[in-house]
Amino acid sequence: MTEASPLTPERGVSRRVVEIVVALLLLGLAGLALWDSYGRGMGWDNGPENGFFPARVAVILAIAAVAALVSALRREDSVFVTYGQLRLVAQVFVPLFLYVLGIAYLGIYVASALFMAVFMIMLGSFRWWQTALGVVLVPLISFWVFEQQFRVPLPKGPIEAFLGY
Amino acid sequence: MDDLNQLLLGFQVALSWHNVLFMVVGVLLGIVVGVLPGLGGPNGVAILLPLTFGMDPTSAIILLSSIYWGALFGGAITSILFNIPGEAWSVATTFDGYPLAQQGRAGEALTAAFTASFIGALSGVVLITFVAPLVAKFALRFGPAEFFGVFFLTFCSFVGMGRENKAKIVVSLALGFLLAAVGMDTISGDLRLTFGATELMKGFDFLVVVIGLFGVSEILLTIEEGLHFKGKKAVMDLGVVLRTWASLPRYWATLIRSSVVGMWMGVTPGGAIAASFMGYGLARRFSRQPEQFGRGDIEGVLAPETAAHAAGTSALLPMLALGIPGSATAAVLLGGLMIWGLQPGPMLFVEKKEFVWGLIASMYLGNLAGLLIVLATVPVFAAIMRIPFALVAPIILVVCAIGAYTVESSRFDIWLMLVFGVVGYVFKKLDYPLAPLVLALVLGDRAEDAFRQALLGSGGDLSVFFSNGLVSSLMILGVLLLFWGPVSDLLKRLTGKSGRSAPAAS
Repeated sequence: MTEASPLTPERGVSRRVVEIVVALLLLGLAGLALWDSYGRGMGWDNGPENGFFPARVAVILAIAAVAALVSALRREDSVFVTYGQLRLVAQVFVPLFLYVLGIAYLGIYVASALFMAVFMIMLGSFRWWQTALGVVLVPLISFWVFEQQFRVPLPKGPIEAFLGY
Repeated sequence: MDDLNQLLLGFQVALSWHNVLFMVVGVLLGIVVGVLPGLGGPNGVAILLPLTFGMDPTSAIILLSSIYWGALFGGAITSILFNIPGEAWSVATTFDGYPLAQQGRAGEALTAAFTASFIGALSGVVLITFVAPLVAKFALRFGPAEFFGVFFLTFCSFVGMGRENKAKIVVSLALGFLLAAVGMDTISGDLRLTFGATELMKGFDFLVVVIGLFGVSEILLTIEEGLHFKGKKAVMDLGVVLRTWASLPRYWATLIRSSVVGMWMGVTPGGAIAASFMGYGLARRFSRQPEQFGRGDIEGVLAPETAAHAAGTSALLPMLALGIPGSATAAVLLGGLMIWGLQPGPMLFVEKKEFVWGLIASMYLGNLAGLLIVLATVPVFAAIMRIPFALVAPIILVVCAIGAYTVESSRFDIWLMLVFGVVGYVFKKLDYPLAPLVLALVLGDRAEDAFRQALLGSGGDLSVFFSNGLVSSLMILGVLLLFWGPVSDLLKRLTGKSGRSAPAAS
């Protein structure tokens, strides 16, 4: 569904490289799980020890990762993501990363307002009042729904504390 | 007849005014979730799950399952009007749905799709009504070994019947198991795979993983496509609806065939996606004018929609009766049941009768309400697709972050959501299936517990898994399904048929 094949080959990240990186990461995870299970006992002591199951699963994961790697190497290489697409994805991902970082310091409401502003100004072509409306309404509505209607407290920062919440 | 009385009582529960209200709200929310890119059945339900913790379980599950029905209906709107499948199982609907819309027959296509969905879902609910109590009664005799046999069968059929690269399905399953193992071990009380990190002690919550894997990753994928939706307009009035309904009885054979395929694929976790393609393939093979398919044949809309919804609904049967979900959304609903302190499985039918039958009754009503609501509101929801993505995307992401946080009130979970968003993005692009990962994450601990309890009972003797007819046949069936792909290839080669046609429903 996502694999768009443009007529003129665009330059981008090689799919084969990504396949290899993912397979190696999976092998690393399998190794970690094996090491952890080995430390706690993965054998048989009047029934399976608590590392028994994860260790077996880790071995299966490692074998499957190698198989996926081999089949990826035998396939013809294609473009995983073009550089143009990657830039678009980064335009979403970087603000999202900063947003999650911001939640820790500013609370979720202020961070959401800033996130909405950055996103709408960078990626959209809205009039200033439309952006302002989005920036104000989204945090306010979520505050009303979560804190007041369902009484689910969300992370809050210094501004909310100043307002007495 | 006892069951029918129970069902009538269930209707009384489901028809109380606040439950009907939840049903309508759920269906509307579900359609929104189905229409918007980046939100689908599994993560739509996952995000709203924490909001229902304060509600009584019956109302909560009615709300959540109605979101599921709404999402199933909503997927068809975007496939037909915009040629964008809102869900993977509506891909087959685009083959004939979009050509019909191009010819200006969008109203007909939509009516056919919704009605087919309703018929498919209804056949699934009827199946649940009559078969689920029997399965549950039968499963009351299960011990840990038998339960492990059923789990084993589920995982094997995922591997054997999946359409993706087998190695990648196994990777996805194994990864889910490992994630499930992180944290406190329920039998020994030891901490596993935490590497001393306190954040990992409580383990990975599957809701957070689902929100990341399905929600955040979908936004990243959508932005990549460049985002210009070119939609067709739909003219919906009573005349179109009635005319389309009048033409439907002609296609009774297709409807029945697709329902049966869907029910089979839903109960054995082949899934709605495979069912929709199989329904489409079978309809084309049996059609008198197969060359019309792909150019705007109403039958090409009916067949996949009926099959997908029959499968999507039937996937709830093993979830209710055995505690084993047949799809990612069913897995999320199952997780919800466990959070409310309900242990899905055979005992549920004994101990929580009014809950089970209330839910089943709400399935009838929810689908009926869904059909009426969706027919009446198509233009409104088609308009949602015209809202600029630069406004919709940040709102969805904010909702995802809030959803991830509210599960456990943990800021760390928002970071996890982000990580799994990237994992989901890469996995989807590399064709690693995500449903097995979610399934293994939800069922991992229970499968392991069943395995270890069985072995503790037998003193470590593996022959416990072959100790009686029932458990042996489950295990053997599992192994057979595991190797279903190679075996069916071999059979095909032996019978000398070319592999071009759709696989036969067996």
